[in-house]
Amino acid sequence: MQIDYYIYLSLALFCIGIVGVLTRRNAIIIFMCIELMLNAVNLLLVAFSKMHHLKNAAVNTSAGSDGQLFVFFIMVVAAAEVSVGLAIIVMMYRNIHSVDINFLNRLKH
Amino acid sequence: MKNVLEFSYLIPLFPVIGFLIIGLGRKYLSRPLTGIIGSGVILISFLISVWIFFQVKEGNSGVVNYFNFISAGSLKIPFSFQIDALSSLFLLIITGVGFLIHVYSASYMHHESKEHFARYFSYLNLFVFSMLLLVMGGNFVILFIGWEGVGLCSYLLIGYWFKNTEYNYAARKAFVMNRIGDLAFLIAIFMIIAKVGSVNFSDVFSAEGLQKLSPSATIITLLLFVGATGKSAQIPLYTWLPDAMAGPTPVSALIHAATMVTAGIYMIARSNLLYSLSEVTQNIVAYIGLATALLAATIALKQNDIKKVLAYSTVSQLGYMFLALGVGAYTAAVFHVMTHAFFKALLFLGSGSVIHAMGGEQDIRNMGGLSKKLKITFFTFLIGCLAITGIPPFSGFFSKDAILLAAFEHDERGKILILYSISLFTALLTTYYMFRLLFITFTGKFRGTREQEHHLHESPALMTVPLIILAVLAALGGFVGIPEVFVKGGDKLTPFLSSVIETNHEPVSRSTEFFLMGLSGVLVVATIIFTWFRFKNYQPKEQKGFGKVLENKWYVDELYDKIIVNPLNKLSGFLNNFFERFIIDGIVNGVGRAVNYSSRQLRLLQSGQVGSYVLLMVLSILLLLLYQFFIKK
Repeated sequence: MQIDYYIYLSLALFCIGIVGVLTRRNAIIIFMCIELMLNAVNLLLVAFSKMHHLKNAAVNTSAGSDGQLFVFFIMVVAAAEVSVGLAIIVMMYRNIHSVDINFLNRLKH
Repeated sequence: MKNVLEFSYLIPLFPVIGFLIIGLGRKYLSRPLTGIIGSGVILISFLISVWIFFQVKEGNSGVVNYFNFISAGSLKIPFSFQIDALSSLFLLIITGVGFLIHVYSASYMHHESKEHFARYFSYLNLFVFSMLLLVMGGNFVILFIGWEGVGLCSYLLIGYWFKNTEYNYAARKAFVMNRIGDLAFLIAIFMIIAKVGSVNFSDVFSAEGLQKLSPSATIITLLLFVGATGKSAQIPLYTWLPDAMAGPTPVSALIHAATMVTAGIYMIARSNLLYSLSEVTQNIVAYIGLATALLAATIALKQNDIKKVLAYSTVSQLGYMFLALGVGAYTAAVFHVMTHAFFKALLFLGSGSVIHAMGGEQDIRNMGGLSKKLKITFFTFLIGCLAITGIPPFSGFFSKDAILLAAFEHDERGKILILYSISLFTALLTTYYMFRLLFITFTGKFRGTREQEHHLHESPALMTVPLIILAVLAALGGFVGIPEVFVKGGDKLTPFLSSVIETNHEPVSRSTEFFLMGLSGVLVVATIIFTWFRFKNYQPKEQKGFGKVLENKWYVDELYDKIIVNPLNKLSGFLNNFFERFIIDGIVNGVGRAVNYSSRQLRLLQSGQVGSYVLLMVLSILLLLLYQFFIKK
């Protein structure tokens, strides 16, 4: 199995995520795009750790396991982030009755 | 046992202690106490100087090292004193005459308030301290410290009455003129360091040091001489000394007699071995001295301020000393410094007594006939005049004669009698203006106001006693240097100074020497008689023509104003109005304005739009990535 396909796939996912973040105004969509980027990275980490493991299993039985560990961390952090982020979006909606981030330009003051 | 000369540090120590006590306690010390402390410390220094002098006389001289003053690389400058014949003689003059002036001041300045009186005495003590440091210093750097200290103190004392703007200008002028000379002196010291690697007199004037210096002896000696012209008031830097009359009269006596102006003579006499290396410099020194002597004497002919006449006579006498230095008669120069210290201090203190009696009046046109009321002052002043004009057996005769003789010997080698004839002519001018001063002031009818006439009185004992002592010294002080033609072994000064000053002159024949003395004697007496007939019934009148030029000091001050002071003022004005305002301010304000402007532009980036922030972030990360992958190797 070529590693290339995994890289292309995760690159595509990451780019979709970036474009989504940059172009969309809906906070929830942006949020989903961020999740997409995180998962693109996760996919890449898993693919590389597997590749690494296959190469070095003879020398080191636990080779590549650290990449998979990272993925778990990222998933946990992403879950926490989702809960906080959604809470923020809910509060935002309650205050300005919109989830459009272009209304949120008061950061400059 | 340690060398007893090590105790010589006490000589400058006492004046500086006096300076500190009086200076710090000026609000608490009463006037008599201030006077006693101020004069007492100088008296103690004088007694130690006498003791040191006799030590030196017995052959105990040398350099005393105290501690390492400056140490930089291979250059080591110790804090050392050189105690030898030359410095011990100067110590006696400075502390001895200085003490008398201190005593006199205590009475002369009694009308000043307590605080100013103490300020005056503290400056006087500091002045003496600086001068002692100058003559005792064992190397050029210590000498320079004293040199600068003397300059500072003269500034402080000339501007003693600081509420008068004119006096402040005079003080500033003295300081600036001195600074010009000091710069040249400093450069000379640096050159000596560069050539010899040491500033100690013992190293510089050793055979080895002189050999290293001999290629650049002319330039170094010339720079040293420029330093000396500043301090000792020679052409072109002499104009500060007559203006220095702004200070109290005893200060003038101190500056003119015991301290300050003799510093240049001392420095050149100290460096006599170096000067002997350069004939060019010696000639320049001789001719500048001669020109100064003549110029100042002509100005003194027409001055009407009693102190101004004396001031120009000092400049003139200093010219004589430089003439002596230039023709290689260092001993004669030092001898004249000594006798001049006596009679010039006497004359200044005498004029102070006159001014005191006249209630502050200094214009001799308003005096006259004072000899009846001020008998002691008159007689002492007369002795001073006889001494300065060189009537035998007063002190000035011996020293001035030694200088004239040296000039004659120098001329004989060059076959023209220019130095001798001009210096003899100047001596006659000296006689004329001194006796003019004496006759106008002390004889004839009183020309002042009735009130002044009523006020006339002889000064108190504290002022007359120093006058009498100085008169005795001025009369008898010359006997240490009786020419060999009169008494075999009568000249005690030359053998005494021979350890410091090399003498190598072949004396002229006895008959020539007698003839020269007789010639100058007859001419001087004739001048006195001429002056008497001219001024016995003096009436002030307007000066016209050449007399007016002389009265206005050849317009030298005006000339300096025109060619130096005014262009400098203009340049400063230009720099202030244009360079400062447009270029310096432009740069400073420009930097500020640029920062302000760029900040305002950068502020537009902060739009508050989250999208644009993210876009910038992504672009930046992309740039970093590109850099990481493609550019960085």
